[in-house]
Amino acid sequence: MLETVFCRTPALADVTTHYCPGCTHGVIHRLVAEVVDELGLRERTIGIAPVGCSVLAYNYFTTDFQEASHGRAPAVATGVKRARPDLIVFSYQGDGDLASIGMGEIVHCANRGEKITVIFVNNAIYGMTGGQMAPTTMPGQIATTCPLGRDVELAGYPIRVAELLSTLRTPAFIARASVHTPLYTVKAKEMIRRAFRHQADNRCFSLVEVLSTCPTNWGLPPAEATSWLEENMLPYYPLGIFKEPGGEDRAPSPLGEKR
Amino acid sequence: MAKKLMKGSEAIGEAAIQAGCKLFFGYPITPQNEIPEYMSHRLPQIGGTFVQAESEVAASNMIYGAAGSGERVFTSSSSPGISLMQEGISYIAGSELPVVLVNIMRAGPGLGGILPSQADYFQATKGGGHGDYRLLVLAPWSVQEAADLIQDAFDLADFYRNPVMILGDGLIGQMMEPVEFHPDRKPCKELKPKEWAATGCKGDRPTNIINSLFLDPAALERHNHKLQAKYEAMARDEIRCAEYGTEEPYDVLIVAYGTVARVCVTALEDLKEAGIRAAMVRPITLFPFPYAQVRAASEKAKAVLVVELSCGQMVEDVRLAVEGTRPVHFYGRQGGMLVTPEEVVDEIRRLLTVPQLEADHA
Repeated sequence: MLETVFCRTPALADVTTHYCPGCTHGVIHRLVAEVVDELGLRERTIGIAPVGCSVLAYNYFTTDFQEASHGRAPAVATGVKRARPDLIVFSYQGDGDLASIGMGEIVHCANRGEKITVIFVNNAIYGMTGGQMAPTTMPGQIATTCPLGRDVELAGYPIRVAELLSTLRTPAFIARASVHTPLYTVKAKEMIRRAFRHQADNRCFSLVEVLSTCPTNWGLPPAEATSWLEENMLPYYPLGIFKEPGGEDRAPSPLGEKR
Repeated sequence: MAKKLMKGSEAIGEAAIQAGCKLFFGYPITPQNEIPEYMSHRLPQIGGTFVQAESEVAASNMIYGAAGSGERVFTSSSSPGISLMQEGISYIAGSELPVVLVNIMRAGPGLGGILPSQADYFQATKGGGHGDYRLLVLAPWSVQEAADLIQDAFDLADFYRNPVMILGDGLIGQMMEPVEFHPDRKPCKELKPKEWAATGCKGDRPTNIINSLFLDPAALERHNHKLQAKYEAMARDEIRCAEYGTEEPYDVLIVAYGTVARVCVTALEDLKEAGIRAAMVRPITLFPFPYAQVRAASEKAKAVLVVELSCGQMVEDVRLAVEGTRPVHFYGRQGGMLVTPEEVVDEIRRLLTVPQLEADHA
């Protein structure tokens, strides 16, 4: 008697993706789909696809989907969730989409405490348009629009989205994870599970930033790309939970007093 | 139901609620703030939701999201805000979603001014955002008509799965007039269940995907043809216009819409007293434009005068309707300056002194 010990999770469509070899979008899609299935949410989940490499995400999940314009996924998700609070709504966005053109939408969506889940994939570059500098590109990292490497005098430092959003007073669950090794991937799934759980319990806004590789536009073979992420991105983008719904507000030290 | 004295903006908000709309997403801008204010007060009373968006760009994407779930949704803004909403509007049209938009036009371009204008006619009727698409555009001339058209707008939006815009001006938004609502009103179109909506994929039905992305050019061309067929159906079935004095002989035909047409009705009375024969066609749908009706009415006149609060926008559609068979003249005021009946009378007197017209008139 043969026993099935591993199979495709039902929320993930049985199709070939367009993602490049070594790209971790496929892994992150799978984590989201597994969590949606394990929590029994597939039939009431609506995904919001972004503009970027994951623009075709709606082909890879077996949930209903709505395609957003560039950066506006949190606004579209707000519209869906406010119209149908019984639905589970998640947006899936890259770093150009969320942290550049969509910065206004994500900040206000988080600040309103919209009870949605955001999967924020940070690979430090614009992938679909061919490797331009992103707001998350590392200092000195070469991109097609910073051929000499990101100059922080001209472009500033990479934006740490999880840290930035965790300063908001509104209760939220905000975490950063990575999928560059199997162990980190297991931990990333746990963060995504907690994010969806908070939404399913109608508790708060939730966002998981997931560090991801882009071998094609980084110009590295997949194995070297995971090492590059570990050596360059992990020190700047620390992993962990930045905010929980019951968390304390950050209080500044009184003026003139040392902490 | 008894008549109530209401400000135009509030009547618009109440009419949307009467049409079963429980969702409003918007951003403050003068001169239409009374609409979101009214909705923020009324919607919670009926179990609805009001969201003050962070920008008009966000608001237009929120209504896109809400419409994708199949619920009736509504927003309002004024000219600069409508410009910012063009992103969402293009996606809504491309994804074939029903939403109702109100533009209480103010004077432009740029930040312009806050006083009434009709200078967004091109933007409303010819596209506004990117790509080949059309809004169905309705232009009320009174508070009562605004209330009635809002309710029809929701039915038309659902029927065609297309954004419908109510194009008013600051006068419609700000003036108070008696309004009557009809709670037992029936939809103006036969409406089907929204089986296309993204409401959760039950069992093994194919996923519902709200989308305007077609990477295959042949598929995108087919999608464009489908949209065009819809606009042709609107042009066939949805034209609305009103005529004033066209049953009598006349020498000059006025074409005007919205509150300007009301000014022109007063001018028609003054002209009649002065023994000058004039009539008017008032387009109520600006897209689809009543080309045939304007053409037919123009054939009984010696000349046509288009009056607008712009530098001349609808006049281009009137010229297309008349196709050079009659001289088409334009009189407009801009910047928030209004047209008076006296100005319209003077303009028509002046036209009648044009040699050819005078000879005909004699």
